[in-house]
Amino acid sequence: MAGKTLYDKLWESHVVREESDGTCLLYIDRHLMHEVTSPQAFEGLRLAGRKAWRKESVVANPDHNTPTDHWDEGIKDPISRLQVETLDANIRDFGALVYFPFKHANQGIIHVIGPENGTTLPGMTVVCGDSHTSTHGAFGALAFGVGTSEVEHVLATQTLVGKRSKRMLIRVDGKVSPGVTAKDIALAIIGRIGTAGGTGYAVEFGGSAIRDLSMEGRMTLCNMAIEGGARAGLVAPDEKTFEYLKGRQFAPKPGDWEKAVAYWKTLQSDANAKFDAVVELDAAAIEPQVTWGTSPEQVLPVGGRVPNPAKEKDAQKRAGIERALAYMGLKADTPIQDIKIDKVFIGSCTNSRIEDLRAAAKITKGRKKAASVKQVLVVPGSGQVKRQAEAEGLDKIFIDAGFEWREPGCSMCLAMNADRLAPGERCASTSNRNFEGRQGAGGRTHLVSPEMAAAAAIAGHFVDIRKQ
Amino acid sequence: MKAFKSLDGLVCPLDRANVDTDAIIPKQFLKSIKRSGFGPYLFDEWRYADVGEPDMDCSKRPLKKDFVLNQPRYQGAQILLARDNFGCGSSREHAPWAIEDYGFRVVIAPSFADIFFGNCYKNGVLPIVASPAIVDQLFRECAAQKGYKLRVDLETQTVRNPAGEWFQFDITPHRKHCMLNGLDEIGLTLQHADEIKAFEAKHKAAQPWLFA
Repeated sequence: MAGKTLYDKLWESHVVREESDGTCLLYIDRHLMHEVTSPQAFEGLRLAGRKAWRKESVVANPDHNTPTDHWDEGIKDPISRLQVETLDANIRDFGALVYFPFKHANQGIIHVIGPENGTTLPGMTVVCGDSHTSTHGAFGALAFGVGTSEVEHVLATQTLVGKRSKRMLIRVDGKVSPGVTAKDIALAIIGRIGTAGGTGYAVEFGGSAIRDLSMEGRMTLCNMAIEGGARAGLVAPDEKTFEYLKGRQFAPKPGDWEKAVAYWKTLQSDANAKFDAVVELDAAAIEPQVTWGTSPEQVLPVGGRVPNPAKEKDAQKRAGIERALAYMGLKADTPIQDIKIDKVFIGSCTNSRIEDLRAAAKITKGRKKAASVKQVLVVPGSGQVKRQAEAEGLDKIFIDAGFEWREPGCSMCLAMNADRLAPGERCASTSNRNFEGRQGAGGRTHLVSPEMAAAAAIAGHFVDIRKQ
Repeated sequence: MKAFKSLDGLVCPLDRANVDTDAIIPKQFLKSIKRSGFGPYLFDEWRYADVGEPDMDCSKRPLKKDFVLNQPRYQGAQILLARDNFGCGSSREHAPWAIEDYGFRVVIAPSFADIFFGNCYKNGVLPIVASPAIVDQLFRECAAQKGYKLRVDLETQTVRNPAGEWFQFDITPHRKHCMLNGLDEIGLTLQHADEIKAFEAKHKAAQPWLFA
């Protein structure tokens, strides 16, 4: 008999009931929430006269709309303010285990605060009305994004209706070279499988290069699973996972801890488990990555040149390349390192954790941003990350270089607050999406690692971090 | 949710792959705390020549005339014909809300992103996966014939073109039942409240730390 994958184990341990066609009612342990995708769900509960099934499953905080400077002035945009105040009111009425309102010392990006408080644990099912919920799969939790109707469904029933996904194993073996990060691994994978490569799958990341990643790195990798089309990314928990969690506020307490760890150690794919698809990458062959187009799959090694549509035989793909080049204001065959940037964004649920900021600061230390670069935003992922960075003096390094050190939030990853690109501006960004208009209408995004972003801020164009 | 049984609808072709949810409904419109009113901002950056802001009166905004939604022949379309990986990107249900609010009840594509695909069913929008060859044919026919319509029937799971050719599409029995009857899925799930409670008690006994 074939063994079970980690995904199967997580799925099966949460099935409340199963219909004959395979549709399951799946129990949800943790419900993360932010202000953008929740108001209509609470409104639905109110209209139907329903209560929250288990308010202690909810961890919430506003992050998309909150400003990252001048907190003393509050939220100036009245529509944004109303949305944030609506979350305040909804949590007050329906309850939560953890709620950090705007300006709370621990407020931050929901996908950063969940893990840092120990509210994301191995073996859990975790959902949020946000596609980057895949981040939490780094802990061996089955974590995926849902829409607002499903937010309401989880609030009302603590369950979701769904069918099992197919299983994909992405194995990355070997050692990455210095300067190659989890972000580069993620982008290289997406470059290989495409943005729809993981559609219909839950992806488990395995292999020695994944085991070598820190928890922060694994979160970066799983965060980007959705950009490869997979709703859920997974890394089996190990000693690094347990070490990261031990002592955190909502981690199991002594007494439960040993029992929990013993269970978590079983959360591995069996040696004879069958995957529906297997993709293998050689870590040593991965170079620092830079996206050139308007989809995360439009990515190249830093030594590459922007593609030439004339060389593409497939008409659909050729049209896609031409459209992306036109939007990005790039000429075919331009070397990536000749692309000059206007702004830099270091932050987002992909790359705003302490390790990311340390890596960016290491490159930045003692240097200055290029005069041609208009703005460099460094936005920590949470209040805790911000305090830790300041305790280590990272803020000084950034400020001395001419970067702006901001308050935590989603910021210019999706530009729902005031942090955004003007039309035509080009940005080196540590975020997760380079879609048209993502960082502001007409803005042009190149996705990179924190090290590559910091190096670009200093040089004014992309550079090969390995030669710094 | 609105029930969906069948539809004889005008088809609007959107001939590009990887249409993401930021394109379907840009972020500034996500600030709304309502479920309705997103239709005028559907595909905002492709549809209008200016930068859209929430609560704008779209009737006075400059249009990008070449964009399909602005072409006279596609006014009143209820079926959106699309390419691979439609709806990729964020989980925002505002995307199907905008599609439905605009007047589309069906989206046909060779493939959809998972979260968007699920969100459609919750809002009475039927996402239909058709083979690339069929989608190519529909694009060709749609370009060739003004007023090109398709007949979509959920009961028989079929799509029929004006020539009478048809193909069948897949849908899970659960989703079909909910869509045909316009059912509230939460109400259905709560019929199993005792099973959920029993599961929860067992789960808590095994992993008490999850309930701390």
